[in-house]
Amino acid sequence: MIKVEGLTKRYARTVAVDNISFEVEKGQIVGFLGPNGAGKTTTMRILTCFLPPTSGTATVAGFDVLEHPMEVKKRIGYLPETPPLYPEMEVLEYLNFVGRLKGVDSSHLKSRVDEVIERCVLGDYRSKLISKLSKGYRQRVGLAQAIIHNPDVLILDEPTSGLDPQQIIHTRELIESLAGDHTIILSTHILSEVEHSCERVIIISKGRVVAQDSVSNLTNRLRGSEVVAVELEAADGRPNPTEVQHRLEQVPGVSRVVMKDSRGGRLMFEVESLQGRHVRSDLARAVVNAGWNLNEMRSVGLSLEDIFLQLTASEQREEPEPVTVGAH
Amino acid sequence: MSQILLICRKELKSYFASPIAYLLMAFFGLIFGFGTFTATRDFVRFAFQQQFQGGGQPMNINEQIIGPLLSFGSTITLFLVPMITMRLFAEEKKSGTMELLLTSPVTDNQIIIGKWLGSMMLYLCILVMSMLNIALLFAWGKPDIKPVLVAYLGLLLQGGCLLAIGGFISTLTKNQIIAGGVTFFVCLLLWLLNWATSFDTTGWAAVVNYLSIVTHFDNFSKGLIELKDIVFYVSMIFFALFLTSRSMESLRWRS
Repeated sequence: MIKVEGLTKRYARTVAVDNISFEVEKGQIVGFLGPNGAGKTTTMRILTCFLPPTSGTATVAGFDVLEHPMEVKKRIGYLPETPPLYPEMEVLEYLNFVGRLKGVDSSHLKSRVDEVIERCVLGDYRSKLISKLSKGYRQRVGLAQAIIHNPDVLILDEPTSGLDPQQIIHTRELIESLAGDHTIILSTHILSEVEHSCERVIIISKGRVVAQDSVSNLTNRLRGSEVVAVELEAADGRPNPTEVQHRLEQVPGVSRVVMKDSRGGRLMFEVESLQGRHVRSDLARAVVNAGWNLNEMRSVGLSLEDIFLQLTASEQREEPEPVTVGAH
Repeated sequence: MSQILLICRKELKSYFASPIAYLLMAFFGLIFGFGTFTATRDFVRFAFQQQFQGGGQPMNINEQIIGPLLSFGSTITLFLVPMITMRLFAEEKKSGTMELLLTSPVTDNQIIIGKWLGSMMLYLCILVMSMLNIALLFAWGKPDIKPVLVAYLGLLLQGGCLLAIGGFISTLTKNQIIAGGVTFFVCLLLWLLNWATSFDTTGWAAVVNYLSIVTHFDNFSKGLIELKDIVFYVSMIFFALFLTSRSMESLRWRS
């Protein structure tokens, strides 16, 4: 449904998107994951024909965004980061306007508007001024305008940012209910969101795709390796950090040891294990055998940030082929 | 075409959803009404004087009231245009609704023409305020209607020209105040140029005078339709709208 090849967007001084390629099948929900400024919004803007790419091609439903923008625009519903609302309009008036703007046939307009109002649970707010709506409801109106013309492709830029937890759950459910008929790309920097609603994830950082994989593979990877926080104290009160680090690194199954903190005589480390290895008991034994006091040991999940750091670091080392997470 | 009208209607609605449309109409109505009052008072005084002294030139409502009055009106519109056009594009850029328009299946030109027509409709509503005063003159006098219509055609063309320029300026910034301020400055400059060059007859003055949008209204206010004035206004409108479309396109490349 969506095909992006070698897409690059360069601004005067910066490269926002650097040679990105990916494909999205019909009916899939794909999560676009990345820290702020990674190029998510730029990629989405190119797909919606808001921005032209510097080089590379992007096609939506077989139509190129540069050559047939009208055809692409007809097939895309777009919710930008801030919903594009006219505060002086009433909800119903706004949806009617957008419906016409998107080329909905006037004979279908009323039923389409009713349908999206029902879908986005806006029934009680039909004749309310948009300027009087709370942020959550504005987001719903934004989503309603994106689906009013029943587009094949939905592009949602951080649809849940700034919402309260209940609204997030509602929005998520709404997006999932839209899945079957629409191909959806949503961007976010919240991992759990991707886990909940997406089938596939594309992680981008600094304008590059650093990983793209199915959610199950990604979460397997997350659970497969383990990060353990270890706090220890030397019996004589003066442990040698390099020595401790060296010892911990020698424990079988440990891939990385990072010193986090040292306070008084206490040392804090984060120990990361290899894929599928459980190293906690070995670590404990190693510490005790060396004659140190083990104060604390707990397992920490890999945060999204850590994945980014890892992926971007590995990308710098290996280059330019996108890394597939599962095989990493 | 329907998309153009859709955007035009939306613009007009948003003018009337805020106080701006009513304010502008009231402001124009007030000043124009005052102008009508003084012009008519002087005219009547002069007429009485002539009656007592006898003779003198024949009096003419068209030449002595309506012509100067509509010229006066055209000067006032110079100051209204910035307030009409400043929000046209700047507001949409700021609030992010530009993204909605530019990602919808409408062309840039449809957006531009729709917005221009919307601002024209408001301008027309403002002009209607002045027609009330003119109608009073028709009720109690017998002016010729043709020169009045010609003058209104001139007002429309001049307004369309200024609105197109103001719209263009509004695409250049996200800040309404800046858009309004620059447009106001341009209008003021046109007015001053016209005034300054009226004392000068050198070649440069003639060129500047020709380019000054205001001078082309003079013939209309006298009831004369000159082809060169119409060509000037229409080509200026097209030129300004063309600049607007270029500016919109550069918006895509830069933003």
